[in-house]
Amino acid sequence: MREFVYVAPPSIAEALIELSGDNARPLAGGTDLLPQLREGRRHADRVVDLKRIGELTTVRRLPQGGVEIGAAASATAVARHEAIAADYPAIAASARLLGSVQVQNRASIGGNVCNAAPSADVVPALMCHQATARVASGDGWREIGLEDFFTGPGKTVLKPGELLLSLALAPAPQRSATTYLRFTPRREMDIAIAGVAVRIDLAADHTIALTRIALAAVGPTPLRAPSAEAILRGHRLDREVAAAAAAAAANDARAISDTRASADYRRALTEVLTRRGIAACARSLNLTWDGP
Amino acid sequence: MKVLVSCRVNGEQHSVLVDPRDTLLELLRERIGLTGTKEGCGNGNCGTCTVLFDGMPVNACLVLALEAPGHEVLTIEGVARGPELDPIQRALVEVGGTQCGFCTPGIVLSAKALLAANPAPSELDIRQAIAGNLCRCTGYNKVVDAIAAAAQATRKRLDHGA
Repeated sequence: MREFVYVAPPSIAEALIELSGDNARPLAGGTDLLPQLREGRRHADRVVDLKRIGELTTVRRLPQGGVEIGAAASATAVARHEAIAADYPAIAASARLLGSVQVQNRASIGGNVCNAAPSADVVPALMCHQATARVASGDGWREIGLEDFFTGPGKTVLKPGELLLSLALAPAPQRSATTYLRFTPRREMDIAIAGVAVRIDLAADHTIALTRIALAAVGPTPLRAPSAEAILRGHRLDREVAAAAAAAAANDARAISDTRASADYRRALTEVLTRRGIAACARSLNLTWDGP
Repeated sequence: MKVLVSCRVNGEQHSVLVDPRDTLLELLRERIGLTGTKEGCGNGNCGTCTVLFDGMPVNACLVLALEAPGHEVLTIEGVARGPELDPIQRALVEVGGTQCGFCTPGIVLSAKALLAANPAPSELDIRQAIAGNLCRCTGYNKVVDAIAAAAQATRKRLDHGA
């Protein structure tokens, strides 16, 4: 590993100055960065630890509704936060899928997003909650919808010197349910070969007012499934609609074959997980439902 | 360039010189001489280097030594009280939950954090808590049995006011 300077600035302004130099890397949990540095997959001359900056490590309710997750807050801190546990249980559940307990106690939600693995477990549920990435640099700040944040495996729209500050979630309405299901060959300590998050909001007449379906590990980036959403929107939930939406989600997937699974298998999993995710939402919305 | 770092390990304050690239694992083993914490994979998969960081299990190989100041680190050397083993250590000995022993320090610390948060864990709770601690000898069943036995022994002792 190349020698680097370690700094732990106390404020965002100072962190942005530290990150403006050549080859500076932000450090949150370190569960991705430290192995990357050690194995020579990344290099850094300056490692900027963000964990002394209170705004970046905390979760807070926003005055206008919704919640803001500091980019360096650990998966455990996010999963345990009262607002996340109460209003965004699919995000809490996703955070508890990241690696082991040891990893969850360090790994940050912002790091899981910025590392941009197509299989990132917290991303689909964040997308379902219309997460916005708040990003700053020495030149100012901007907001990017999470679905526009990823450009390829390991790649994001962040420019050199830009720092992800937080992820802002839209308010969680009443009569809304979200779930994230993934398939892994092993139950623990494994990477999804397909993951599906489903959100369903009901109108007063029990038709679907808003829906989001987001897919993991079946494309170069985490993806929305727009044709599956279009099938659900405006309809009442039943088995036929769910089955049609699930088939559409499999078509929305842009799966590849690799050592972990074939593209066909990933598409088949996407269909099954979407159907089960819709059924799980139906059950938590207390809709009559005669099985997945 | 070496940097001076001060940290608390097992209740004792240490000030040592480290390289900024040193991990907490290297700080513990090579600078302080606490070799009970083992290195297995070195990239956060195996959990043999598990220590408690402010009471929470972490992989010491994924923490920089320079991140330690201001935090309380507990290693396997700080678990027993003098000659008296922790109930988890005693149960692992009695049940036979250890074979080669390399993963055992990490398992003890993961189990310690579990029982501190949840004195009556289910089998699934126990299996999830040690999912990040790989063991290639035991097949895990006796490890799980030992942690359940330790939880029960601790609850009994508390019930009897001892």
